[in-house]
Amino acid sequence: MNPFALVGRFVIAFLSEIGRIAAFASKAVPACFMPPIYFRLVAQQMMRIGFFSLPVVGLTAFFTGGALALQIFIGSDVGAETLVPQIVGLGITRELGPVMAGLMVAGRVSAAIAAELGTMRVTEQIDALVTLSTNPFKYLVAPRLIAAVITMPILVAIADIIGVMGGWVVGVYSLDFNSAIYLKNTANGLEYGDVTSGLWKAAVFGFIIALMGCFHGYNSKGGAQGVGAATTNAVVSAAILILAANYVMTSIFFGAGR
Amino acid sequence: MTPKIELKGVFKRFGPKVVLDGVDLSVMPGESLVIIGGSGTGKSVTIKSVLGLVTPDKGSIKVDGQEVTRLTGRAREKVNQKFGMLFQAAALFDSLKVWENVAFALIQGRGLGRAEAKKIALQKLAKVGLGPEVAELSPSELSGGMQKRVGLARAIAAEPEIIFFDEPTTGLDPIMADVINDLIVATVKEMGVTTLSITHDMTSARKIADKIAMLYKGKIIWSGRKEDIDKSGNPYVDQFIHGRAEGPIKMEVVR
Repeated sequence: MNPFALVGRFVIAFLSEIGRIAAFASKAVPACFMPPIYFRLVAQQMMRIGFFSLPVVGLTAFFTGGALALQIFIGSDVGAETLVPQIVGLGITRELGPVMAGLMVAGRVSAAIAAELGTMRVTEQIDALVTLSTNPFKYLVAPRLIAAVITMPILVAIADIIGVMGGWVVGVYSLDFNSAIYLKNTANGLEYGDVTSGLWKAAVFGFIIALMGCFHGYNSKGGAQGVGAATTNAVVSAAILILAANYVMTSIFFGAGR
Repeated sequence: MTPKIELKGVFKRFGPKVVLDGVDLSVMPGESLVIIGGSGTGKSVTIKSVLGLVTPDKGSIKVDGQEVTRLTGRAREKVNQKFGMLFQAAALFDSLKVWENVAFALIQGRGLGRAEAKKIALQKLAKVGLGPEVAELSPSELSGGMQKRVGLARAIAAEPEIIFFDEPTTGLDPIMADVINDLIVATVKEMGVTTLSITHDMTSARKIADKIAMLYKGKIIWSGRKEDIDKSGNPYVDQFIHGRAEGPIKMEVVR
């Protein structure tokens, strides 16, 4: 096959996918602000997306904080007692907390949303909604988007605390640091901006997670295999977009000029 | 009298495949029209065009004389409030209980309270022969025939003016199919609604139709009263209603 045709086909497919996502988002976002807003469903989704992700996110944060503390201790000669807590604090709140939580929730929630909406699509349940005079964007998509954008920052705030605690556990029980000094150094090393930037990231990641799950699920076709493909695509695209968005936001928050 | 539903020159293609090639159809108020035809002749797409699930490329669709082809958003929802639809596989919401399914249009569309909506849902369930013990079950716990009946109850719950039936008897045993047919006839008579159905089950078509139209290759090739279908003089219709493999309709079967 002509290599130019191959490249061209890939580029066109890529751009049209971006176009489709943008078109989907342009219907989904207004649906979050215009009545009717189904608060019952928003609350239900907050439970599913936020609350039930707590164990996964908590464990991830705990072990990440612990491993980070260990790595920094091994890599530092002197002043480890100030260095370890400060870097763990910064690393978790700025980067690892939101990114790790985002990726874990992407795996859990994007997949679940895509599978649920995909099954509803192929069993004509989404068509049934329309015939019952209910807008699927308001009934299915908006509650998931709202719930994810609200709960992700809360999840990340908790992940930040647990992550720092993971570092503290390793520091105090394995590296023989003084507990009070560790906590004092953590607090001294952190500024408001470190934490809030991470929470802003979390809100954006929440939007990406729900949007990718809804987009791929809503547009799935072709029975069980189609739903499977939608689920995979939702997780993969959410994860990649999270990492890309993280870079962009890091460069905006902490970029050149600061 | 303005027809309840009127299609004129409706044309739709998916990629290179022309599915509807100028469909003309009208259903008068209180009339039951059944569209018959083989699989892949565009029956589903015809119904979905009227419901607004598929937008035709060309042509006009009117409901009560109002052009609905390009309606979106609120205006579309308003038209759809006249509709009730029974899907082929019932398409019940599996995240909701049976009664919540039936009450869906009442709660979401009409803004009724849950207690009141539940009362109406139980009445509708009783109408299709299901007791209150079924109401608390989840749709996945029901048999195919029961799901169809719940689907019917959901379709009639908000007192629609027009009901659509998509293959109402497909996938049911002959006795349950007849039960569903009887239910459809009884409900339609009682409510005085207009119906548009699609099926390839001739027994069902003869039972629920006032008029029958046959769709072949995206066009209506015959339509008339159901009493006249046996003397249509149309070889395509004859082949279909008698279920013969030999005739002008060639199945694409590789031997």
